[in-house]
Amino acid sequence: MSETRYTDQHEWVRIDGDEATVGITRYAADQLGDVVYVELPEPGRSLGQGGEAAVVESVKAASEVYAPIGGEVTAANAAIADDPAKVNADPEGEGWFFKLKIGDSAELAKLMSAGQYADFLKGL
Amino acid sequence: MPMNAQGRPTASGSIDDAPRPTISGDRGLDHEEPLIFELGREGVAGVDIPEVQMSEERLGGLRRRGPIGLPGLSEPEVVRHYVRLSRMNYAIDAGLYPLGSCTMKHNPRLNEKLARLPGFADVHPLQPQQTVQGALQLISELMRWLTTLTGMPAVAMSPKAGAHGELCGLLTIRAALLARGDRRPRILVPSSAHGTNPATAALAGFTVDEVRATDDGHVDADALEDKLGPDVAAIMLTNPNTCGLFEPRIREMADAVHAIGGYFYCDGANFNAIAGRVRPGDLGVDAMHINLHKTFSTPHGGGGPGAGPVVLSAALAPYAPLPLLMHDGNELRLVEERGALPSELKPLGRMCAFHGQMGMFVRALAYVASHGADGIRQASEDAVLSANYILASLKDAMSAPYPGPCMHEALFDDSFLEGTGVTTLDFAKAMIDEGYHPMTIYFPLVVHGAMLIEPTESESKESLDRFIHVLRVLTEEAKAGKRERFEGAPKFAPRRRLDETAAARKPILRWRPPPLPQAAE
Amino acid sequence: MRYLPLTPDDRAAMLAKIGARDVDALFRDVPRSAVVSRDAFDLPDTQGELEVERALSRMAGRNVSAGSAPFFCGAGAYRHHVPAAVDHLIQRSEFLTSYTPYQPEIAQGTLQYLFEFQTQVALLTGMEVANASLYDGSTATAEAVLMAQRLTKRPKAILSCGLHPHYAETVETVAALSGEVIRAPIMPGRAEDLAELIDDRTACVVVQSPDVFGLIRDLKPIAEAAHAKGALLIAVVTEIVSLGLLEPPGTQGADVVTAEGQSIGNGLNFGGPYVGLFATRENFIRQMPGRLSGETVDAVGRRGFVLTLSTREQHIRRDKATSNICTNSGLCCLAFTIHLSLLGEEGLGRLARANHARASALAGRLSNIDGVELITPSFFNEFTVRLPKPAASVVDALAERNILAGVPASRLWPNERNLRDLLIVAATETVTDEDCDALVKALQEML
Repeated sequence: MSETRYTDQHEWVRIDGDEATVGITRYAADQLGDVVYVELPEPGRSLGQGGEAAVVESVKAASEVYAPIGGEVTAANAAIADDPAKVNADPEGEGWFFKLKIGDSAELAKLMSAGQYADFLKGL
Repeated sequence: MPMNAQGRPTASGSIDDAPRPTISGDRGLDHEEPLIFELGREGVAGVDIPEVQMSEERLGGLRRRGPIGLPGLSEPEVVRHYVRLSRMNYAIDAGLYPLGSCTMKHNPRLNEKLARLPGFADVHPLQPQQTVQGALQLISELMRWLTTLTGMPAVAMSPKAGAHGELCGLLTIRAALLARGDRRPRILVPSSAHGTNPATAALAGFTVDEVRATDDGHVDADALEDKLGPDVAAIMLTNPNTCGLFEPRIREMADAVHAIGGYFYCDGANFNAIAGRVRPGDLGVDAMHINLHKTFSTPHGGGGPGAGPVVLSAALAPYAPLPLLMHDGNELRLVEERGALPSELKPLGRMCAFHGQMGMFVRALAYVASHGADGIRQASEDAVLSANYILASLKDAMSAPYPGPCMHEALFDDSFLEGTGVTTLDFAKAMIDEGYHPMTIYFPLVVHGAMLIEPTESESKESLDRFIHVLRVLTEEAKAGKRERFEGAPKFAPRRRLDETAAARKPILRWRPPPLPQAAE
Repeated sequence: MRYLPLTPDDRAAMLAKIGARDVDALFRDVPRSAVVSRDAFDLPDTQGELEVERALSRMAGRNVSAGSAPFFCGAGAYRHHVPAAVDHLIQRSEFLTSYTPYQPEIAQGTLQYLFEFQTQVALLTGMEVANASLYDGSTATAEAVLMAQRLTKRPKAILSCGLHPHYAETVETVAALSGEVIRAPIMPGRAEDLAELIDDRTACVVVQSPDVFGLIRDLKPIAEAAHAKGALLIAVVTEIVSLGLLEPPGTQGADVVTAEGQSIGNGLNFGGPYVGLFATRENFIRQMPGRLSGETVDAVGRRGFVLTLSTREQHIRRDKATSNICTNSGLCCLAFTIHLSLLGEEGLGRLARANHARASALAGRLSNIDGVELITPSFFNEFTVRLPKPAASVVDALAERNILAGVPASRLWPNERNLRDLLIVAATETVTDEDCDALVKALQEML
């Protein structure tokens, strides 16, 4: 049974056992506009919670994507590197960025639930 | 009654309104133009250079083997190509160009003429110095104008544009700190700053710490002072700032940074609002670049060349980069190496080859000498007056986040467009159809959907009134839900909106020859 | 004042609309004590065109212009004939008085010539892509070193001794902040062994060809040595006309080519404005500095051009930008593009051959003078000779006789005593037989 958590930097992380899939939220994708480029972490790279993991760019904006939790990168989504439009089309599905082997699942406690994130967005 | 017996229709006739495609693809004076690489042919050239006999080739065996791939065109073809391209551009000579922060003022033609005198244009940077005393005199004279107008004791002339001047200024600060064994890492930059400020600070090896703006568009001086500490190398402020406002607490902020042993870098992009009236030296500034291509009217040329001399306080002057211009009896002398300097001078190094943008110096000196100190003051006042006139004339229609008075540019946000379905971008593009270059949009970042209008001192009142009228009507139509002028605008420009997304996703950055047709088997 | 359209009546009417008593009221945020009067400036008042032209012309008249004397100076700036059409076209208002092309629908003229410029630079240098210019050759070289440091994540830049010393100093100013810069010992007229200086901390090797003494360098072995250690080769060209005749750096393995483009389309201008060329491999474009014009289509499918990949730049990326550059050398690249279009394949080849023939003949004549030794066995349009006495004194004495004989090496390396007899001599197509006769005769008499 998977569970999705959110950061205040607009990343989502879906937990499946000890594997986490990371992407940017629909809100973030809409704010950026048409995504034209993503830079993804190499598998094997080890990331700390909140560390810079990826870059996402539209024509007039660019942003770092931070690791919602620490761990070792196990996969990067080559499909969005080839076709960045997938990030806008389906940011919380096919437009995922990378997968992690979770280091310390206690770090998840610092993240928001879907409901908390929705409230957070209302406050922006 | 001798006459030409054959008459012809001379009335304007009836109009068939539906535009239909032309046979040529051109439309009257609007010509389509291919790339230069799609024109021309082998064996033609636009120059006549005789073929020479090379008696002895001394190329070390590295003679080019393959062709370059350049097309061959005659002079009339080249002239026509670039004339046609030029006609696809908007220009200040052709109309009001209200780009905030960019200062598109009139470029006097006297300046162009003087910059082309062979005594300036056809002089080599490494000629013996006794053969270039007039060029050095010109630089020295411009230095006198810049230091006098800013109330600063010294100026470094070699930086080649504003951002290069910022780098020069921050490197003098770094050198001054290092001279006292101090390696402070942090520079405070307001959130409203030009992008060059944080980029330069990072390039100069500092970390950037952002200071927020207050609700009235100023740097939050209290927040800035809270962030000051022994690790702060400098504050980097634009004054007047990018919201078009003078920072009223500027001296207090300067004193505060000096008190902790740091320096005050001022981005001088907006010096044109106060030149001849306020001296940055009196405000506690330690270093400030002057965009000769903004304040002193050297032409922007579609993106350069610029020139960014940096005025320096007494504390930073010893670290100014090489070369230095010194008086040596009746002669002027460029000093290009450290060894020839008195020990109190410790130049930070060299910013570039040679001595700076001489061609721009000639133009800038012609400009300041034409205006005189009184004219420069009047120009600043007229620029400020014109911006305030626009603000006062439009703030009831559009929305101004700060009520004014402003300095040389008037800032609006997009709240007047809320609910209309028209964006700042649409509004800007509709201005193109009205014959205007849009204002600066989406900058500064501290305002939502920003529109920054800088009319400069070069516009007549009639020109300003016409511009104001057009913006008022556009505003009224947007608010009334009439979106025809905005949707898909511009309609009357050489191109409709361009697909920037496609350009960035699959970049095509050069022409390539079309693939050769496959040879038949 | 002839540049100011507002009349006193206009100003009064505008103040009334604003609701301000006088213009001082508009400056109310300025601390009163910071406002100074006209008298605070010891500077003259408004002058007419006639007076300004007279004063500046007098200054211009005090310089010896290159066209008024036999002229042989080079060392990073070269005198070439620029066709009259170039200056006429760049002075068209639509080019001269437009801004950076931020609104592409009404700036296709600028964007298209930038795209043509990028293509020309890529073709000339033999590289895949080029940007829309940097300030000049020296700052372009410094940017290339920073890019190599970013790409390799290594600190060290090795500079060949043949790199123009002003370029080397410019590189040191910025690249020493983020890494270290090693300058190879000077060996005029010879190619040093750079391979032995490259190690696994080396980001790049920077080699100029033709080098500052005029010597043509074979870049292939240096490229191989650099690549073997994971470092990049940055090739520098200060005389871009040379690529009309020489093997381009791109086919010799260069990863980045930086160059001074002044020679094509632009005058000497006492050192600026010039135009920095920057070309590299396609897979490095996200790390490139400077603007790029890219091809796209408009809403009705017509080809058009836009500034692209702007997320590398300061106005979007701020402190994480690949460079702080904003204004570049727009009009100078236009001059370059028009001049190169006039030259075309055939014209550039002829121009380059004329330069080499002129320099080769002059080098032969000078080395026949007793005591004069040619120290650069290969060269394009510039070579170095060793004189039997300090070159600066010879150049100064020849200047008295209205001959600008070249650049003494001591002007570039004031502290290297063993270089003081070296004279760097350039001979372009603008040099006549009479100019060469005058130089040879004067040197024979003097040495």
